[in-house]
This record gives sequence, C-alpha cells and structure tokens, in this order.
Amino acid sequence: MQLEPEDEQILNGEYGETRQKMMELLVGLGKVFGADELIPITSAQVSGASYKTIGKWGLEWLRKMDAKVVVPTVLNPIGMDRLRWKEMEIPEDFAAKQKEVVEAYEHLGIELECTCTPYYLSITQFGEHLAWAESSAVCYANSVIGARTNREGGPAALAAGIIGKTPFYGLHIFKNRQPDVGVVIDDPSDLKDAADFGALGYVAGKSIGNRIPFFTGIRPNRDQLKAMGAAMAASGAVALFHVDTITPETRFPAFKKDVPDTIEVSMAEVREVFSAMDVDAVAVGCPHLSPEELETLSSMLIGKTVTKPFFVFAARGVIADHPQAVSAIERSGAKVYADTCVVVSPALDRYDRIMVNSGKALAYVPTMCGAVARIGTLEECVTVATS
Amino acid sequence: MIVKGRGIAKGSASGKMLVSDAPLSFLSGVDPESGVIIEKGHPLEGRSIAGTVFAFPYGKGSTVGSYVMYALSRNEKAPAAIINIEAEPIIATGAIISGIPMVDHLEVGLSDLPEGAEVTVDGDEGTVAWEA
Repeated sequence: MQLEPEDEQILNGEYGETRQKMMELLVGLGKVFGADELIPITSAQVSGASYKTIGKWGLEWLRKMDAKVVVPTVLNPIGMDRLRWKEMEIPEDFAAKQKEVVEAYEHLGIELECTCTPYYLSITQFGEHLAWAESSAVCYANSVIGARTNREGGPAALAAGIIGKTPFYGLHIFKNRQPDVGVVIDDPSDLKDAADFGALGYVAGKSIGNRIPFFTGIRPNRDQLKAMGAAMAASGAVALFHVDTITPETRFPAFKKDVPDTIEVSMAEVREVFSAMDVDAVAVGCPHLSPEELETLSSMLIGKTVTKPFFVFAARGVIADHPQAVSAIERSGAKVYADTCVVVSPALDRYDRIMVNSGKALAYVPTMCGAVARIGTLEECVTVATS
Repeated sequence: MIVKGRGIAKGSASGKMLVSDAPLSFLSGVDPESGVIIEKGHPLEGRSIAGTVFAFPYGKGSTVGSYVMYALSRNEKAPAAIINIEAEPIIATGAIISGIPMVDHLEVGLSDLPEGAEVTVDGDEGTVAWEA
C-alpha cells in the first residue's frame, strides 16, 4: 500500500502507540481488501458501543487507547438512554458498565451521540468519504445522500476516526457502486407509508442479499428511503441501493441502468408482512426518527393518551432541537428516548409482542428481543397504542 | 525452510505448529479464559491454541471475535502467531489489536506446514520458517 510520509511516520510509532496501532489496523485491513491507498474521511461512526456487544475485554481495549479522533465521530446506539436509563428500568450493573464504555469513547474525543442517524446531526454531503459502521446509516449515506462508505467494523471505524482516513476499496470507488440487480414491484401504487417501504425492503432484501439493487417505478421520499434501506440492510446485506431518478447517482450519465438480473416483488407478498395481532408494546424510531417524523408523530398524539407502553427513539440532537414536539408526544404518556433503540435496548425484553413501523425492527425484534413483531404504519401504531 | 506469504499483523513469534483445516469463530468457538477450542464438532475441539502457531483457513462468525482474541492475549492464552489461507477482517482486526503476528497467502498449502514442529512467523516480512 502506498502511504503518505506522515502516515509512514505514524506507522513507525512517531505519533504514539495508539495511532501506530490504528494505522497498522487500517493498513492491515487495506491489504485484506486489496486497497492501494488510504483516503481522507469527513466523519466516522463507531459500532461496538453497547457493553452487551464489546464486553469487558472490549472495554479494557478501549481504556488502553490514548489518542483523539481527528474527524467528527459518533457512536452506534447503546443499550439505554444515557440520562433516563432508570426510567427505562435498566439494571444498575448494566448501566454502570455501559457508562464506562461511553466514558472510554468520550476520552477518545468521540461525541456522545449514540445514533443510527448521524446524518441528521451534521451535514453529510454527496461524494464525501466516510467510515460508518451501523448498517442502516451506511445504507442511507451511500444511497440517499450519495456519500461513500463501506460497512465498517467497530475497531476499523474507530481507527479511521483517529487517523482521519480509511482504506480506499469497495464502495469508495465509483465503479463498484453500479447496480447489479433490478427490482420491479407489480403494484407500486400501494406503497404509501414509510412502513410500506420498510415492508418492501424486508421482503426484497431477502432475495437481494449483498447485491446492489436498482429499483424502478417507485417514488419514495427521504423517510421512506430510510425505512426501505434499513430493512434491506437487515433482511439482506444491502449497503447501497438506487431508485431510478430519485437517488442521486441514478442521475449520472455514467450510471448503468442495464442490470444483468431482475427480481420481481409482488405487493401481495409485501401485504402479507402486515398482521392484526394484539401487542403488549409499541416502538417507533428504527432507524431513529427524522425531525419530520417526530413532528408528524406529535401531531398524531395531540389530545390522546397511550394505553400501552409506547417507545419513541431518536438522536439526542434531534430531540434537543424539537422540544415542543417531544413534550407533546410525552404528554400522551409515550416516552421519547435518545441513545438507544428497540433493537439494542434490554428495556424491551420484557414484552412478548411488539408493534413497530419498521422493516428493520421486524427483522431483528424476534432474535434481539425474543418477541414476536408486528409491523404497521405510524398512524396504526398510534391507534394501537392509544385505543 | 522459509516459506513466503503476506504480512498482515506485525511482529515475530515462535511456537508449536497447530494446523486445522476448518474455519473458526473465536466468539463462542474459543474459551477466552483457557484458549481451548469449544466449538462443537470442530476438528480441534478440546485442544488449546495457547502459545501455538495456529494455522487455519479463515475466520468466520461475529466481529466480536476480534475482542475475544484480545481477551486471549490479555489472559496470555492467545496463539503466538496466526497463519490463514486468506485473511478476513475479524481475524486480521483481532490479530492487529492484540499484537499477534499474522501472515496469509503462503506459497504452500496448510497441509504442507509441519504439524507439531517449532515454527517462527514474521509478520513484518510475511514469512514462516522452521528447521527442515
């Protein structure tokens, strides 16, 4: 791999042991993936933020590190709201360990935002190179924004944040971003709510696998694209998708619309995902709600009172910027939590049947929460939670 | 005898050669306290990899496996060095953050490595050496 002189010095240990190790990791992974060089990134998002995943040894590894990130770096969602964990009934010992992990990351200069939607907090632009780790964030950045990131592992994303660079391979390279499978839907006029697109992504992702799909005949908005991509990243391993004339790269002259293979998805199959099962709790915000979704939810809940536990998840920064919407939602008895989500928080473990409006949550709730999941639109979620 | 490959994780170390033809997940495949392989049905189930030069095709399973390798090294139960046919991110990351020398892409197959012999892996040079 071709390294800049300063990177060579880092690799030789001239800028301390932590940076040396991090550079060694980037160079090593660069070899694994066949990268010839490192490229600068504008931000990083680090996974392995929950104590549940990294455990005591991951925590000890983090604690031994001594360097600061050089680009804005945030964390993946953790197991609890950092401030309201008691209200979530998180056990004290878990909370204590989780706090230690967060503090170890803070020591490295990482912003204490634990979110799968970092793009709502700082502007991420078309063509920027990133090192992000959470699958739905990766999918949104690549597809909806047209930024470029591979799906990073936790240590690799942290190394990229500390060095400010990442190996140049995979989705950082334009020629690797062309679609390889077309997706057509038989009756796309039935797709209305973000949950419909989430259900579509949930169904389509299974046949797409890790390919790059090209959708035609649908016109999702940003929130619907977010729901669809998150679901495909969960039920498949989609890190980039294109929607004809909607997502930015499809407007490039160099974009290749002739795909070698096409999948047909029937709306009957998508509708089958929806059910009318009774539930014990409702959770929305997977991925974390956008400012628009937060506003919409607050207007739906005005004058209503929840009769079932209703969990709402969003990034701390988004919550802080919309105090009126948040208090309107909480007046109904629903709870708006930051830093965590339905998939990673042990708070949802006590429920057997959970209603969500997310294809991603639908894919993960059975294994991660040990509960049966039902998907519905945001409006249906409000109806079920307040009736 | 010196065979060439590609250095993935730096450093040089020696140990007894242990070869497996099965891929391995360190998460739930290796006990971090003892270094013993606990994956059910693995050809080396019940054997310790501590202090060995451990050769296997490639890693599999969860990325948390990287932290298990770190745990092994903190408990002084890690392999002295690792040889893979093809490095992938989980094992590469684990070896690098744990300071375990690692090479891949050897010019010989795993079955050509001298099981049980004292072997030296040089992760900077990307070589494996033993007395033939």
